[in-house]
Amino acid sequence: MRQPQPFSRSLRLKGRPRARSMRSYAPAASWILIAPAMAILAIGFLYPLLRLIMLSLSAGPSATYGRLLREPLYATVLASSVVTAVSVTFACTVLGYPVALAMARLRKRAAALTTACVLIPLWTSVLIRSYAWIVLLQRNGLINSVLISEGLTQGPIKLLYTQGAVIVAMTHVLLPFAILPIFSTLRAVPNDYVRAAHSLGAGKIKAFFLVTLPLSLPGVFAGAILCFVLALGFYITPALVGGPESMMMASLIGQQTTVLLDWPFAAALSTVLLAITLLIVVAFRKSLSFSKGLSSVY
Amino acid sequence: MFIDQSPRLPALPVSAGRYERAAPLRLRRLAALLGSGLIVGTVLFFLVLPTLLIVPMSLSQTDYLQFPPRGLTVDWYRRFFSDADWMAATWFSFKIAIATTLSATVVGTMTSLALVRGNLPFRNTLLAMSLGPMIVPHIVLGVALYLVFSPLQLTGSFTGFLVAHTVLAVPYVVITVSASLQRFDPTLELAALSCGANRAQAFFRIVLPNIAPGIFAASVFAFLASFDEATVAFFISDINGKSIGRKMFEDIDFNLTPVIAAASTTFVGLSLLLMALAHAFGQPNDGR
Repeated sequence: MRQPQPFSRSLRLKGRPRARSMRSYAPAASWILIAPAMAILAIGFLYPLLRLIMLSLSAGPSATYGRLLREPLYATVLASSVVTAVSVTFACTVLGYPVALAMARLRKRAAALTTACVLIPLWTSVLIRSYAWIVLLQRNGLINSVLISEGLTQGPIKLLYTQGAVIVAMTHVLLPFAILPIFSTLRAVPNDYVRAAHSLGAGKIKAFFLVTLPLSLPGVFAGAILCFVLALGFYITPALVGGPESMMMASLIGQQTTVLLDWPFAAALSTVLLAITLLIVVAFRKSLSFSKGLSSVY
Repeated sequence: MFIDQSPRLPALPVSAGRYERAAPLRLRRLAALLGSGLIVGTVLFFLVLPTLLIVPMSLSQTDYLQFPPRGLTVDWYRRFFSDADWMAATWFSFKIAIATTLSATVVGTMTSLALVRGNLPFRNTLLAMSLGPMIVPHIVLGVALYLVFSPLQLTGSFTGFLVAHTVLAVPYVVITVSASLQRFDPTLELAALSCGANRAQAFFRIVLPNIAPGIFAASVFAFLASFDEATVAFFISDINGKSIGRKMFEDIDFNLTPVIAAASTTFVGLSLLLMALAHAFGQPNDGR
């Protein structure tokens, strides 16, 4: 991506302070421009989250947060959410890297085709993709019928409503979020560096591991954090393809609100999920440049 | 490779040796190419297959989910388009998505202008705030919005959905429009200003046409962010106002019929059409 051009140096050297101020909008105009967004975010984002946190404390913290600590079930759910999110993140990174490399290295038409294959699922509803996985994994689904007709199993095996189904379907949903940041860092690696490595005697594999891979690690890291954060709070896919033994944080919140109607406790669970997410994002804010991945490909 | 330029040379033993070594080397490269192609191809297949699978499902004659489908029928499409519940949800979501597209595109573009070209203190905090809805888990936002909307009787209402979906769509607009604003060379605007245009003229005649492709792409993303959204919609829907996301979730959970496949195919077709439009008209044109 072309960087914004530094403002014409000659003008600045001539010492025309007006030119610099003309380059950016006046503070008052800037505030007017950003005001509508801040207003709607205050009403539809910050205030509701604040209300949520207050509700979680309304019955006294020991009734909600204390219960979270007392009953081991909730620690188990949190642990299993983290395990699922880590597995999904690992799968997304490992599967996504070769695709990102292909997008960056292939010639124009092949690269465009690869990019399309990555973007089509990204802009297909998560619901539709979860539905497709149900079709694939159910008892009389595609995978079971292939397994049976090949004689690999006697009867249908249980694939749907398992931890494995959740991991596979979530990997499918989140893979584009891992691919795009890796792609954008890979594309920024100048080809000359690889050529220089070759001319110094490195083979393809050596050049990849010594030059390309280290230079693309920021993208790998950004994609992995994004995947992890999104996976940790995912609701739709685990709710539809997961079973009771693969309960995630979000499913637990959904259960508290729709079945048990315990809103203060649901608010406490939501606050914990929110806090964990924000902690991760703030801790890794340097490496997370959201604009990187999505803006590099329309 | 410098090996194969020697047809005129006498058959020296050295060159013969080189040829012998060259063949396995080329084979190895071919194998490596095939191997990496196979890996990439498998992952791409994994990415695309589930989306493509719903098309044959929607045309199957059996009324339970079966693969491969038996017989061809458009019955499920007929049922989808004649079912009052499905149509009400589709139409409701469509209205919300159009309104969200308008509000999120205008608000998001203004935010991008302020963030990229403006002169603001706490710029990074404001940027983080405008991208926040993308990173906060949607279920948390869904529960939070329900708590606020429920006493105000905004659940299941057009207004409630418009607020919620605008909040969710603004980050996509900010990211996309900011990127095209950063590609825009501000000296062009300065040139207009020095030719006597005022700020507004310079914006509408120079800046806006240049970032229009980005704004168009952003509006497509905003539409899809609203139309495809399901988690927040799950919480802020009610019996009278149900978005298509909530309707599909219920049907997938309780009553799996190929009508869902027909609906999905219709919506995937719509998404692909919009993405193709965004690709055709939303490309940054650096050449001009």
